[in-house]
Amino acid sequence: MMVNPADTTLSGALADATERALAEAEIRLPPDVLAVLRRAAATERDEIARRELTNILENIALAGERQVPICQDTGVPVIYLTLPPDIGLSPDLFSGMREGVRRATATIPLRPNVVDPLTRENTNDNTGVGMPAVHVTPGDRLTVTVLPKGAGSENASRIGMLLPSQAAQIPRFVTETMLLAGGKPCPPVILGVGIGGTFDMAAALAKEALLLPVDTMDDYEQEICDAVNALGIGPMGLGGDTTALSVKVKRADCHTASLPVAVNVQCWACRRATVEVKR
Amino acid sequence: MNLTTPLGDEVLSLRAGDQLTLSGTIYTARDEAHLRMMAEGIPFDPEGAVVYHCGPVVQGDRLVVAGPTTSARMNALTGFLIDAGVRALVGKGGMGAEVVEQLRGRAVYLALTGGCAALAADRMTLKGVYFEDLGMAEAVWVIEADSLPLTVGIDAHGGDLFRAVREKAKTQFHQRFNIKQDTVS
Repeated sequence: MMVNPADTTLSGALADATERALAEAEIRLPPDVLAVLRRAAATERDEIARRELTNILENIALAGERQVPICQDTGVPVIYLTLPPDIGLSPDLFSGMREGVRRATATIPLRPNVVDPLTRENTNDNTGVGMPAVHVTPGDRLTVTVLPKGAGSENASRIGMLLPSQAAQIPRFVTETMLLAGGKPCPPVILGVGIGGTFDMAAALAKEALLLPVDTMDDYEQEICDAVNALGIGPMGLGGDTTALSVKVKRADCHTASLPVAVNVQCWACRRATVEVKR
Repeated sequence: MNLTTPLGDEVLSLRAGDQLTLSGTIYTARDEAHLRMMAEGIPFDPEGAVVYHCGPVVQGDRLVVAGPTTSARMNALTGFLIDAGVRALVGKGGMGAEVVEQLRGRAVYLALTGGCAALAADRMTLKGVYFEDLGMAEAVWVIEADSLPLTVGIDAHGGDLFRAVREKAKTQFHQRFNIKQDTVS
């Protein structure tokens, strides 16, 4: 999606783009996510699971018709910004994205989910210290990608500092994450797996993996996906063939004595949208 | 089968895995609402009532979306509701062993598809609110439901579909990775 910003300042244009990207992500699922959900509904053998998948597909259709968010947990705003070489990283950019989140919260509307971690006081506009969570990478164009992240699945995510000799145990670690999670993260899930890097980078990679197209997997991803589905947890933990819709892996090089592995659990509502700011 | 509130002994004949629809008045409650009700009392008539684990998006008097939240967070906060006469809990993900015991002979846990917030709201009308000071997600909203599609997750006889699925998953996990107990990390 591309927008001609109503506001011509860079900060205003980013606010527009952020608001539009959030509206798109919250109301409509991307085609690759819809494709894997439809595929699962067509192949699922368990009767209860089939109804759960039918409910999910009906819910997606209704959200589109009524122009309302797919899920009431509209998540916390995670934003990936790509910056072309001629635009410097300035505080204006961040204030633009914050403004976009504030507006989206009022206009879509979104549930205010952002609170102080200890007092639990709600900021009421989904911004706060460190919120939105913004990741900046260099690129050819100025784009805003949003990944609103719900808590049910985020809470089931896990990181392990495995030993370098335990590479063969990575599928087991990922599968175990879903064994421990059961129905809590709203399966069928998409699993973002980060392998390597540092402690923090593994987690960042796991989340970035959720941005990859989920309707294709390489052999390694498929192997892990099959192991997770063999658990039989099924949609919502009620049993069935469909526990994971897809597993996506991102890697980075790491210390010779380390093997960080992170699993970012994502519910079936893998909401994401990208808006390019036309200048 | 269609159930209508207030519920009575008809819930006792339900079995884990049964599918049904539910109509009538239901009350939302999450963590904060449970704590408030324990301290100050239940603001609605609990006899035959249905408690819905949900923090909806509300705009004015319009219920925008209202899907279920993770019920297990309320594991330690549920006993007093069942003691007071609540006959059904609606949520997602199932509940702990202590709740399975509390439900025995008295009430059931009904699973609504997680994330299906637009579908749920399509079959609900907002009627009122208690404890609005707790905020949008945590207040007790009074909702009129029309044919909510539900699955009996935990019945009144100790039957727990979630536990059965979890136990099977554990066996599968141990077989596949050829391990006895413990974890990787």
